[in-house]
Amino acid sequence: MRIAVITFPGSNCDQDCHRSVEAAGATAVPVWHREISLGGTDAVIVPGGFAHGDYLRPGAIARFSPIMTPVVEFARAGRLVVGICNGFQILCEAGLLPGALLRNRSLRFQSHDCALRVERSDTPFTSRYREGQVIRMPLAHADGNYYADRGALEELESEGRVLFRYSDAEGESTEEANPNGSLNRIAGIVNEGGNVLGLMPHPDRAIDLALGSQDGLPLFESLVDSVHQRTPAQMAAAEGRALAGTAR
Amino acid sequence: MSRFRVEVLVTPRPGLLDPEGGAIHHALASLGYDEVAEVRVGKAIYLEVAADSAATAAARVEESCRRLLANPVTEDFTVTVRGEA
Amino acid sequence: MSRANGAPRPRPGDPPITPELVEDHGLSPSEYELIVEIMGREPTFTELGVFSAMWSEHCGYKNSKRLLRLLPTTAPWVIQGPGENAGVIDIGGGWALAFKMESHNHPSAVEPYQGAATGVGGILRDVFTMGARPVATLNSLHFGDLEGARVRYLLAGVVRGVGDYGNCVGIPSMGGEVHFDRGYEENPIVNAMCLGIMRCDELIRGTAEGVGNTLMAVGARTGRDGIHGATFASEELSEGDDEASRPQVQVGDPYTEKLLLEASLELIASGEIVGIQDMGAAGLTSSGAEMAGRSGTGVEMDVARVPVRAEAMTPYEILLSESQERMLVVARAGREEAACQILEKWELEAATIGQVTDRGTFRVLEDGVPVAEIPALPLTEGCPAYERPGEESGEVRALRAQDISRYGELSGDDLRVAFLEVVGTPAVASKQWIYEQYDTTVRASSIERPGGSAGLIRIPGTDLGVAASTDCNGRHCYLDPRSGAAGAVVEAARNVACTGATPLAITNCLNFGSPLKAEIRHQFREAVLGIRDACAHLETPVTGGNVSFYNETDGKAVYPTPVIGMVGTIADVANVVGHSFRRPGDAILLLGHNRGELGGSEYLYALHGVVAGEPPRVDLEAERALTRCLPAMAARGVLGSAHDVATGGLAATLAECCLGRPRTGWPVGASLHLHDALPPAALLFGEDHGRVIVSASPADEAEVREIAARHGVPCTPIGTVGEERSSLRIHLRGESLELPLDLLADRYFGAIPRAMDDEP
Repeated sequence: MRIAVITFPGSNCDQDCHRSVEAAGATAVPVWHREISLGGTDAVIVPGGFAHGDYLRPGAIARFSPIMTPVVEFARAGRLVVGICNGFQILCEAGLLPGALLRNRSLRFQSHDCALRVERSDTPFTSRYREGQVIRMPLAHADGNYYADRGALEELESEGRVLFRYSDAEGESTEEANPNGSLNRIAGIVNEGGNVLGLMPHPDRAIDLALGSQDGLPLFESLVDSVHQRTPAQMAAAEGRALAGTAR
Repeated sequence: MSRFRVEVLVTPRPGLLDPEGGAIHHALASLGYDEVAEVRVGKAIYLEVAADSAATAAARVEESCRRLLANPVTEDFTVTVRGEA
Repeated sequence: MSRANGAPRPRPGDPPITPELVEDHGLSPSEYELIVEIMGREPTFTELGVFSAMWSEHCGYKNSKRLLRLLPTTAPWVIQGPGENAGVIDIGGGWALAFKMESHNHPSAVEPYQGAATGVGGILRDVFTMGARPVATLNSLHFGDLEGARVRYLLAGVVRGVGDYGNCVGIPSMGGEVHFDRGYEENPIVNAMCLGIMRCDELIRGTAEGVGNTLMAVGARTGRDGIHGATFASEELSEGDDEASRPQVQVGDPYTEKLLLEASLELIASGEIVGIQDMGAAGLTSSGAEMAGRSGTGVEMDVARVPVRAEAMTPYEILLSESQERMLVVARAGREEAACQILEKWELEAATIGQVTDRGTFRVLEDGVPVAEIPALPLTEGCPAYERPGEESGEVRALRAQDISRYGELSGDDLRVAFLEVVGTPAVASKQWIYEQYDTTVRASSIERPGGSAGLIRIPGTDLGVAASTDCNGRHCYLDPRSGAAGAVVEAARNVACTGATPLAITNCLNFGSPLKAEIRHQFREAVLGIRDACAHLETPVTGGNVSFYNETDGKAVYPTPVIGMVGTIADVANVVGHSFRRPGDAILLLGHNRGELGGSEYLYALHGVVAGEPPRVDLEAERALTRCLPAMAARGVLGSAHDVATGGLAATLAECCLGRPRTGWPVGASLHLHDALPPAALLFGEDHGRVIVSASPADEAEVREIAARHGVPCTPIGTVGEERSSLRIHLRGESLELPLDLLADRYFGAIPRAMDDEP
């Protein structure tokens, strides 16, 4: 099992994702942003950092990197793609996920642990969690304030595509627990096909107890399980929904 | 071919929460500028574009706005040709 | 490249060298005479500029180097001592740690955001040019009182600058310190420290070896930024300086820095280059001259080949520009193409600008025409060294002699109110508002994040941990620079030891006023001697550092602020000890003695507006025992927590032990009995050195006491950890305090956010 970890100039979390993938029992394959192929890897991680310095807007320049062409094709084919932090921003800019990540409500960079409620456990990214489980991991971003217009937001909610929501330690998703102003306290979402995940907090920084939390590891383990188990039929179904979403 | 000076203004879409604008509004009020009713913060991008006409220059820049310079989800833009460089 | 061999001649348009011009360049008449002697002729204008930069305080250390030679610099684990871009020590397992601290005080006073940002950039480059990957940063910040609007502006700007730069490059912040005192009103102290790791055999030095090897300018283009910044950094600010007369602010570009970092490490690993150095203060001049000076070779460069971003730049300007994110690289002859391919991958511009020569000179051409040629060694090492006698100011002597005993007596509600006020002063209060703007978890290696005793990271793929702390109490140093500086060393060592790590070495950043004044020279000399004594006792040699003089505005100097950056290691991060109480029922023990020394305390300053008295004494033998005892306890796994006593005294430490870090569960209470026959305020707020509060389970308490006894460290049981969300109860002789945790938490966590509420 080989999982591609993309490195853009300015990626900072590629090594962290690399170690997370290995901790979940798969092989991490570093892929430079100028490459034009994913080299037959089984899933893709777009890591955090400041690709191209986040100049203009986070992710705005990175989405035009050569590697993004095969990444978009890979995603449209129903294969599994995860974007973390800056990676989430890049996937939004690339049109693989709806909405945008605006400047935090505090107008400051924020770096601290947060609690998240896992909204669903029947997805390729969350099968190792329990529904309603509260998990802790660090977040570190200046632009994590999730925004989508009303229609897109309603669609996300009605289709159950919000996978992670900021909450308090008891799992109540209150406004006080909302670190950055995200609409509906959204921390992580999937696309129409359910095969592309974006989330702002860092599971890659919560993979062993010495770091304060290992709540991020099940996400990578779920991903690895899913690649093993994914049937052609599931991929075709995801592909169909992803294409339908694109057409809209 | 001439070189045109083109100004792009990228602004948050109406109704979009603009915390930076809010903070500046608050600061202005505390300095006594009570008359300021609203503040929205965008950005200006200045380009020099080689084109055979101002219209061509504007058209190319508008295209680049849709693709890169503005995020259609959250931002509007205006393109103005400010004359020849 | 032209082989023109003639002597440099003045360029058309060069101003004539007059005594006034020499003075404007910060050079004394006798220094100028020495220059003429070295050159065997009058220097050209360009050469004068080069000398001016290299013989400035910042590069030449002319008022400090004689004293700095007194510092201990060796130990079996020191791989690289002072004189390189960064110090390097062997930390075991084949790993080496490179670390260094540097000041960016003046630029931060002028423009806090860019000043602080470029300070971080410079210190990262110092570390990765040794071949080490930066893995953590710390910051030591000293500001005026937080009530001042300008101080809040400076704090907000500095924090944003530090954060935006370090966050973008992806280096976690592991801590540091932030102090507030009117002694820094006009002149903030902004010191940044960086730690990097490498395999021991990956070390590379800033040398220009191998005649015929190629000099390349890499990274950002050269503009007219900060020309003569090194000289500027060595002159005091004055009211009359308007914006126009000041050097242009240097602007940082963390993205280019990130590319430089990755490219440099890849270049070093490739073996295509022999040396690499940051073009920092005095830019191309210092990097070129120092690389030639260290290797005993010479360099020749043509400024016309240096990529520039401003028009009509003169050789003088190109040589002295301080544009950021530039490096000078010496590539092996014939391997330039391979080096360029790596740079190209990282989208960096590189230009061949010259070569290593055997002429022993720093030689500069402009389009083939010689414009400067100076013997390299005298340029880098020949700066005259001064050690003029100093004298303590009578004012300070009087302050120290002042009787402060009456402030020790407080009782009843006054004592309780004072307790809450001390915990809520910005100097003691939680720095959460600050460190939550810094990425503290990138690289997924942070074991102890900011907010505890020292920061601690794990070397990825190993169990090895590296701890670091920066410390300096400027108020103590002002009242007594020798014990204050020694106090900074032992406090930093205690902080490192509290995590369970063994302190190994220091870097420092010595921030002082103008050395032209006898009282500042006295402070400096005493501080250096204090560091010498403490480092010798603790066996923590000095591996490098930075001197920042002229931290003055209108004749008023900052407190003497010799900031110490201490590093240490722990073999297994599983044994790392946190700073806060963990389990109800654990025994609380005091290591060391309470002496009730209130001199120079935060309590006196914040509640009485007094800076006076003898600062706390330093017992180096006791500190040595304490900093060896703590790692021994940690290795046995018998400690629940360990936290140093410093600013704010026992009150601050106990509050922090109960409250812990924010966002990590509920605080726990504690019940304490302190039987010392000391005045209550002196006991609670005295900043006596040599103390650590530890907690241990009842089962482990005996072993803690046994290990302490073995190390000759006094160990007294003083109380028990209480329940979550309860209170901190302290029983003194004749006094009892009960402080509900939610009230303490409000004071401790709320103070700085409330002060900074309106700052963006």
